[in-house]
Amino acid sequence: MITIERLTKRYDDDVVVDDVSLEIAEGAIVAVVGASGSGKTTLLRMINRMVEPTSGRVLIAGEDTRATAPHLLRRSIGYAIQGHGLFPHRTIAENVATTPKLLGWDKARIEARVDELLSLFGLEPAIYGPRRPHQLSGGQQQRVGVARALAAFPRVLLMDEPFGALDPIVRAKAQADLRAIQRKLGVTVVLVTHDMDEATSLADRIAIMERGRLVQEATPVEVLTHPATQFAADMFGADERPFRLLSLKSVADLTQPGEAGGEPIAADADRREALAALLWSGRAAAPVTGAGGERLGIVTLARLVEAAAAKAR
Amino acid sequence: MTPGAIERSALRLDRVGATLAALGVGGLALGPFVSARPNRIVDGVPHGLFEALPPSLAAFVALVAAAAALVALSQAPPVLRAFAGAAALACLTLALGQAPRHLTAPGDIYARVAPGWGYWLAGFASTLLIADALTRLRFRPLARLAALVIAGLAAAAAIGSGALDDLSIMKEYAIRATSFWAEARTHLALALGSVAAALAIGAPLGVAVHRVTAARGPTLAVLTVVQTIPSIALFGLLIAPLAWLARTIPGAAEIGIAGVGAAPAFVALTLYALLPVVGSVVSGLGAAPPPAIDAARGAGMTDWQVLAQIEAPLGAPTFLSGLRVVTVQNIGLTTIAALVGGGGFGTFVFQGVGQTAIDLVLLGAVPTVALSFVAAVVLDAASESAGAHA
Ligand SMILES: Nc1ncnc2c1ncn2[C@@H]1O[C@H](COP(=O)(O)OP(=O)(O)OP(=O)(O)O)[C@@H](O)[C@H]1O
Ligand SMILES: [Mg+2]
Repeated sequence: MITIERLTKRYDDDVVVDDVSLEIAEGAIVAVVGASGSGKTTLLRMINRMVEPTSGRVLIAGEDTRATAPHLLRRSIGYAIQGHGLFPHRTIAENVATTPKLLGWDKARIEARVDELLSLFGLEPAIYGPRRPHQLSGGQQQRVGVARALAAFPRVLLMDEPFGALDPIVRAKAQADLRAIQRKLGVTVVLVTHDMDEATSLADRIAIMERGRLVQEATPVEVLTHPATQFAADMFGADERPFRLLSLKSVADLTQPGEAGGEPIAADADRREALAALLWSGRAAAPVTGAGGERLGIVTLARLVEAAAAKAR
Repeated sequence: MTPGAIERSALRLDRVGATLAALGVGGLALGPFVSARPNRIVDGVPHGLFEALPPSLAAFVALVAAAAALVALSQAPPVLRAFAGAAALACLTLALGQAPRHLTAPGDIYARVAPGWGYWLAGFASTLLIADALTRLRFRPLARLAALVIAGLAAAAAIGSGALDDLSIMKEYAIRATSFWAEARTHLALALGSVAAALAIGAPLGVAVHRVTAARGPTLAVLTVVQTIPSIALFGLLIAPLAWLARTIPGAAEIGIAGVGAAPAFVALTLYALLPVVGSVVSGLGAAPPPAIDAARGAGMTDWQVLAQIEAPLGAPTFLSGLRVVTVQNIGLTTIAALVGGGGFGTFVFQGVGQTAIDLVLLGAVPTVALSFVAAVVLDAASESAGAHA
């Protein structure tokens, strides 16, 4: 859906993004990770032409982005940044209405869309719509920033460390919301992040940048088990890797027949949670229950440990 | 609460109020309330409060001043403090109007009675007491404008009633009533017209150098140089080129361009206003948070839309407070325009200096100060209401 072809950005003699090519499927979430200064933001901003590439091109739905004037292009692409960038002199409703207003939607349609989005993000429109950004918590401001980016039904949503400033609990909630909303709207998301948990848990694919170059682009499991470079391996932390791998799948397909006592584990719980539950309660196995609470079998510590090994995929 | 704490809180003095009380009471007790002269140019003879006024009136003034001082000293609520200041100021000023009748023989048209520094000090302290109280009341911009209108009406009523007609400054006014209002119009036209011209040139220039960062340094440097030329020199410097223009360009003289008069004054005042106008446009437009500008561009705004919808409204308070400084500055500087024949209240000031007639100087200076004050309050209110979102 987004095709990035041999994209390069140079500032004087500095090659900041170096010959990057990348295909992003319709409706996918791609996380762009890499060290500070590796060119993630620059790559992202070349997609909506906030930064003009030195060479190469970007196609969205087969159409060259250079065929459209930059400001018109940006009205069809959502853009959410760290620190939300809300307009302090405008109300929350006016902030969310920014792009629809630029597109000349009529008042009733804008109002309906603003109400719909605020509700979707758990902000009661009648209460929060008339407020100013400074009257909201950091987490609420960030949600409004994403709602604003989604207001005009963009085909693509670009996000640059959108959750970077949030505390871990609020961030986890924001990530879950994003996942649910993205599934509902089917929008293609390119997400720049420093948070490897965020990348592995949210993204369908992870793109790793190293000094301007794209060194690997693959599924989270593949990136974890077969990192393309030493840097890619280090990034996920040797002591964290097995647990990250476990967190990517549910216990459902590790379930085997048998009997075990104690607190049951839901079949759709991820394997890392299951391992933690077994370790914490000192059991070698736990019963697994389905969505309706029915017994499906058991999951054993041995199977979980086996699944945590790199070869196990 | 312990007895000691009660005692301390009762004894606690208001720091600002104590200073003002000392200033006002000290001025009245030690300084001359008026200075009286047999005619307008000889030296004055100082008269204290009790010499200047009939005993009963003097005692009344002293009583009111003492009461206001006590209110200022105490922890009284701001409303009461404002009321005390206003009562003291009104009482001092109306009593001042009675001094000439007490001091001069009936029918003596040459004698002049002017306020002495005792009156000025006490009046100043009362005004500050009001201003301080109004600040503590945290009036909204609209309420401040209303307070200004009430003060203006009170001053107009005091002057219009004739209660002050025997004072020297009013006698000078009576002789020049027609030219006073003509000079007032000239003064306003020069001061506000030059600010408007500076806005017409400086606002687009400010927007341009905000956009073209490379041009910002040089432009501001040139304007700073203009700003540092002493005003009298700048007025003088303009005489020659404007006289040359008037001579060489046909029709230039007909539209009022001349080496002396309003033209060089207008040009010089405009040049002086240019730096602060451009500066406040630039710093106003720079006040918007960078992430908001980034988000605005990302949402699909054109550069002009970002300017009009984000940068301009967010910069308005900074810009308006800059405009306040410029306006107050130009109202004052316009006084100097009289030196090159530009007119305005400066005419009275320089005539007064020439004739060593201090009353005439005051006739030019007092309205200038009043105008500056009005402009400051109005533009301050505008700046604050533009920033109400923050
Ligand atoms: N306008 C610019 N002019 C010159 N150099 C720039 C410019 N913008 C970015 N750079 C340089 O390009 C490099 C990549 O910057 P970029 O912002 O894309 O990195 P990043 O991966 O997003 O880093 P971070 O994780 O810290 O946000 C950096 O070395 C930066 O200094
Ligand atoms: Mg970045």
